[in-house]
Amino acid sequence: MSEKILARAVATTAIAFLMTVGAVGSVHHAQAQGEPTRGGTVQLAVTPEPPGLMLGLMQNGPTQMIAGNIYESLLRYDTDLTPQPSLAESWEISDDELTYTFKLRENVKWHDGEDFTADDVMFSLDVFLREVHPRWRPTVNAQVASIEKTGDYEIQITLNEPFEPLLLSFEVGTTPMIPRHIYEGTDYRANPMNATPIGTGPMKFVEWSRGSYVHLQRFEDYYLDNQPYIDEVYYRFIPDAASRAVAYETGTVDVLTGGSVEIFDVPRLAALPNTCVTTDGWEIFSPHAWVALNVREGALAEKSFRQGLMHAIDREFARDVVWSGYGTIANSPISSRTRFHSEDLPEYAYDPDRARELIAESGYDGETLEFLVLPYGETWTRWAEATRQNLEDVGVSVNLVTTDVAGWSERVGNFNFQMTHNFLYQYGDPALGVSRSYVSTNIVEGNPFSNVMGYANEEVDRLFAEAANAPAEERPALYQEVQEILVDELPVLWMVEMDFPTVYRCDLQDFITTAIGVNDAFRDAWLQQ
Amino acid sequence: MHLLRFIGGRLIKGVIVLIAIATLNFFLIRAAPGDPASVMAGEAGAADAEFLRQLREQFGLDRPLYEQLWIYLTDILTLDLGFSYRQGRPVIELIADRLPATLLLTGAAFVFSLVLGVILGVLAARRAGKWSDSAITTGALFFYAMPLFWIALMSQIIFSLWLGWLPNVGFETIGAGYTGLRRALDIGTHLILPATTLGLFFTALYARMMRAAMLEISGADFVKTARAKGVHEGRIVRRHIARNAILPVVTLAGLQAGQIVGGAVLTETVFGWPGIGRLMFEALAQRDYQVLLGVFFVSSAMVVLFNLITDVVYRVADPRIEVGR
Repeated sequence: MSEKILARAVATTAIAFLMTVGAVGSVHHAQAQGEPTRGGTVQLAVTPEPPGLMLGLMQNGPTQMIAGNIYESLLRYDTDLTPQPSLAESWEISDDELTYTFKLRENVKWHDGEDFTADDVMFSLDVFLREVHPRWRPTVNAQVASIEKTGDYEIQITLNEPFEPLLLSFEVGTTPMIPRHIYEGTDYRANPMNATPIGTGPMKFVEWSRGSYVHLQRFEDYYLDNQPYIDEVYYRFIPDAASRAVAYETGTVDVLTGGSVEIFDVPRLAALPNTCVTTDGWEIFSPHAWVALNVREGALAEKSFRQGLMHAIDREFARDVVWSGYGTIANSPISSRTRFHSEDLPEYAYDPDRARELIAESGYDGETLEFLVLPYGETWTRWAEATRQNLEDVGVSVNLVTTDVAGWSERVGNFNFQMTHNFLYQYGDPALGVSRSYVSTNIVEGNPFSNVMGYANEEVDRLFAEAANAPAEERPALYQEVQEILVDELPVLWMVEMDFPTVYRCDLQDFITTAIGVNDAFRDAWLQQ
Repeated sequence: MHLLRFIGGRLIKGVIVLIAIATLNFFLIRAAPGDPASVMAGEAGAADAEFLRQLREQFGLDRPLYEQLWIYLTDILTLDLGFSYRQGRPVIELIADRLPATLLLTGAAFVFSLVLGVILGVLAARRAGKWSDSAITTGALFFYAMPLFWIALMSQIIFSLWLGWLPNVGFETIGAGYTGLRRALDIGTHLILPATTLGLFFTALYARMMRAAMLEISGADFVKTARAKGVHEGRIVRRHIARNAILPVVTLAGLQAGQIVGGAVLTETVFGWPGIGRLMFEALAQRDYQVLLGVFFVSSAMVVLFNLITDVVYRVADPRIEVGR
């Protein structure tokens, strides 16, 4: 925003504060004030710069943040993970839970003026994404028997067995709708239209000045009346974290997206005028951080040793000091924000004495373990150092090893590690984002988000497989059982359910309202004029 | 004629050096663990074996190494620097997009540091021993010793945040839609902080070098002769002392000019300047081999070229130096 708009916004907010004696700014949601007004420009800082914006082909974090406003899927989700209409205006599930019928909106246009129809949905789900999308592919190949077009604006998906999480799969990063008239029959990755993405979303692509910014603009023929409210959106690429914070303070950017602001800077920025901070907008992702252990051999193959490690690590310290108070202590493989999380599980309190007992019991011979530091920023390095200190305190010898992102991906993917931090997204349901880390069928080389620990337990495999396709009322008990086994066996040490706070100007209203937050914020966001 | 033959010979040697550098770089960057596909998988937060296989096939990583090297070297000779599969664009386009921004930044820094450094060096030498000399040499020491990123961040905090005089990041004001002169001025204000930050280190070098050289030459016989002849002091400084003292500064300036492409990575990163140094640094983290090789190649070519220019400038500045014998 220019300084003039900022000054006016600050003045308006100040007056509103004085008049209503409500709290404005500070660490909570901005209360929507009045009717949405049209107009304005919003500048966001996103890091790092994405490799591309074609959401079907790549799902990097920054790509989702930007392209989630260009593309859409059949559904959206509010912060309780309740499905809302998006391109599908209504849907029905048959009594046997095998057939899902989606009625599509009829007045939707692609950004190039073509009509959106069931043919596009068929192409996206059955052809394009089946071939290239690493998360839709396993779902559609294993669970879906057929996808049929039952009308110009209606499709039907038939499953092999009931699969409740299907309804959580229609998020824009998982199943973006792809324009058939542009991609059918082409070499998808070499298609020149990848440089100028065409979607049905509220914002259309204008320009990408590499190294600088991506520019999106209101799509005038969007199917919702009067929406989107914002005129222009710029996503700025500023590589240095301190410069990003200064850019927010000087008014150059209006939003610091989650992950683009250093966690220790958030309290300071939150105290600035007209600044709101929220940890909402990540409910589908629920990033879950843990220490991954290579349980194939050595001391880590002993269960009692792993349990000793769990008692030795001070997770309260990690949350309060390393993560500046952000996050929740994780006690289960399933995040408390994901379905079927259980509170009824044994807990591992911070207890160095108990840790020493267990480690001695396991027959630990003093071997030095290598801890690979997660190269995602300073905070992770500090956390590795703190963890090492915790372990050395109970007599475990640890050596920290650093590398960069490519090196880390390669080492972890090829099982060339002993201990490392990792965090994974849960995608709302254990069948979508949790089981992949613990089932023995997902021990595959080259992928750092698979079962890199080499953990194999037939009972766990069976329970996850059964729970995925069980009828809704049976799933909680099955997930309770598998959580109990995993919490006892500890293939990884669950640490913290992470929060990635978003820092933004309070006069940006209705900004973070969905379970993916910034990624599809611009359908409903508006600027207080 | 001697000069032309000299230049011709140097150019041929330069080409050979470039090919050797390209081959060495080709193998060197593959020594790092990980490849572009594993980076993309890491950034996506989800991947399966098929996803990685598709990427590797698209990136041409499944072909034998010597085949990749041969293709690369033959392409360079036609100035085809390859294709970045990660970004989906030819490397030469990516470089051409970002090179002007870097040249603007390093060029401005170069001119700034040379002019200011020489002036300060002359001033310090003329007032040797007085407080202004101490101030200049201490200042030079400070800016020489301070890390570049610290100066960059501090200047952002002081001039952007506290004083609000200058913008802190970016090439220009995004979304304002300026054109023509207004745009040039806007870019200029964005250029001030990065260019001075980058230039201050070399200003310090040139000032110290110039001062030392001038003090040395001031005691030379021909200067005493000129004074004895009654030549005006200012003329002595300009025509006799400074002209001779500038030679070591030209050497240093030649070195700085060689870094005109790759030497601004830190500055570009802290100021969000969309230059080629940042492109190289990010390509390294992303293991984008083609982009890396392309940027290394352009950098090496610049260094070879500027070394040649420096030698020619020497000959112009100092007729005693014979080139090409």
